[in-house]
Amino acid sequence: MLDKRMTLDDIVDQLSDGMTIGIGGWATRRKPMALVRALLRSRLKDLTLVSYGGPDVGLLAAAGKLRRLVFAFVSLDHYPLDPHFRAARQEGLDVLELDEGMFHLGLRAAAMRVPFLPTHIGIGTDIIRQPAFRTVRSPYEDGEELVAVPALPLDAALLHVHRADALGNVLTLSPDPFFDELMARAAKRVFVTTEKLVPTPELDMANNARFNLCERALISGVAEAPFGAHPTSATPDYQLDLGHLKTYADSAASPEGWVDYRARFIDVGADHYLDAIGGAGRVAALPKPVY
Amino acid sequence: MTDTSRPTPYSLAELVITAAAETWRHDGEVMATGIGPLPRLAAALAKTTFNPALQTTDGECFYTASPVPPGPATDTPPVIEGWSPYDRVFSALWGGKRHAMVAPVQMDRFGQTNISVIGDHARPKAAMLGARGFPGNSVHHPNSFFFANHTSRTFVAGEVDFVCSAGYNPARYLNGQPPRGLDLRLIVTDLAVLDFGGPGHAIQVRSLHPGVSFDQVQDNTGFPLHRLEHVATTSAPTAEQLALIRQLDPNNVRRTVFKGDPAGDRRTA
Repeated sequence: MLDKRMTLDDIVDQLSDGMTIGIGGWATRRKPMALVRALLRSRLKDLTLVSYGGPDVGLLAAAGKLRRLVFAFVSLDHYPLDPHFRAARQEGLDVLELDEGMFHLGLRAAAMRVPFLPTHIGIGTDIIRQPAFRTVRSPYEDGEELVAVPALPLDAALLHVHRADALGNVLTLSPDPFFDELMARAAKRVFVTTEKLVPTPELDMANNARFNLCERALISGVAEAPFGAHPTSATPDYQLDLGHLKTYADSAASPEGWVDYRARFIDVGADHYLDAIGGAGRVAALPKPVY
Repeated sequence: MTDTSRPTPYSLAELVITAAAETWRHDGEVMATGIGPLPRLAAALAKTTFNPALQTTDGECFYTASPVPPGPATDTPPVIEGWSPYDRVFSALWGGKRHAMVAPVQMDRFGQTNISVIGDHARPKAAMLGARGFPGNSVHHPNSFFFANHTSRTFVAGEVDFVCSAGYNPARYLNGQPPRGLDLRLIVTDLAVLDFGGPGHAIQVRSLHPGVSFDQVQDNTGFPLHRLEHVATTSAPTAEQLALIRQLDPNNVRRTVFKGDPAGDRRTA
């Protein structure tokens, strides 16, 4: 019987230095943060991170894990500029900056196993003056010059879902699935953390089919991680933790601040994290944010 | 067009909302995206008055039947009329059926804007958000702009530090003509309403806010503005519009945008 259950550390052990890793979710929503914290505790280094950026980016950058960042934005939404990301960027972290939609096309190209997809996006901007970009001429009568968005193949994609079974059948129950399916299709291997690991019938797939991110053949490993997206949201299970995001952002103010944050919330380990943030009851009761 | 005789006092924020709403007047049935409280309220005002066909979202991923007020939720949840996850936002915008009003950090004489970095891209003096969806938005659907501080640091000489959205700059065209969807509409600031109606899409002052002079706008702009023979005064909000704005913004978020919530008519300030 197929069994893809793993621990967070098992997943980390599947990764290696220098890999290109895609992290799912969007800004402060449904990021696999428990897994990101496990990455911070590991010896992994020189990663290329591909992300619709939230606190995953700042944490990995602050811990010195990144060699390169592929991004279109990094935002904590209510605190729009993440000081950890800013510090890394201003110290010269190597980046490829994309348009959000171009990002989607790069993942789609990797998923399709084609080297690029053509678009108008980027014409007239500095985005396409980055060395990674080429243009391509339409072979049809229009002869139009277009931007060739390079494929963004991933060695691994790390995603957070609401429900999964041991075989890797997954559900993301939040109202916006973002681009996690494309991340999965662009990756050689996909590892998910899940709020709840359940027997297959409890997925109630007949009624939840629209929340089924992708087929299980894409999924290599599943780790149960309750509140594993915290401090980002995993609605409808829980909302983002604005107070914690502020603590995280404030920890960039000094080296001591970061050391303290790291000790309290990262090095404490996954088993004690929930206590460190005030317990399950507090997270479950977080109010819906105002946009 | 003019209602300047009306004595009802109004704030600068309310003047901006009313002026910015005009940008969606003739759009028909498109997605209206206003980034930040004043553009968002402007889209709401346009939708509840002269263009009810506009579609607006709750700021997350649902279209609502009526605009959602900025700030804390009201007692009555909005009626959801459609779904707008990010994947669909891109699909929709590539088709052109959207008009956004955004708030960049810098703009240059071509209408190119920047929200990515101040300084050098490889090692910025100040890293900001990143280009977000600006590159794609700018070449697929109409765009308008709001600037809360009209200064020569926002309207810069030369080009912006990192061009995130395309403008009318022939040196950057790929096919010898402007990108096919490029359509820059209105710029609303704390001083004036501007557009791209000058020669070769040059930026011109369309109307001056009451009490602001052309020279004041020019002195706060890092490039020469096209000057019309007669420059209008920005129309004051009508009493009806002011009443509607109060309904659309029950939390009075508009009061927090400009420091001290100044009066809209600076002749009386």
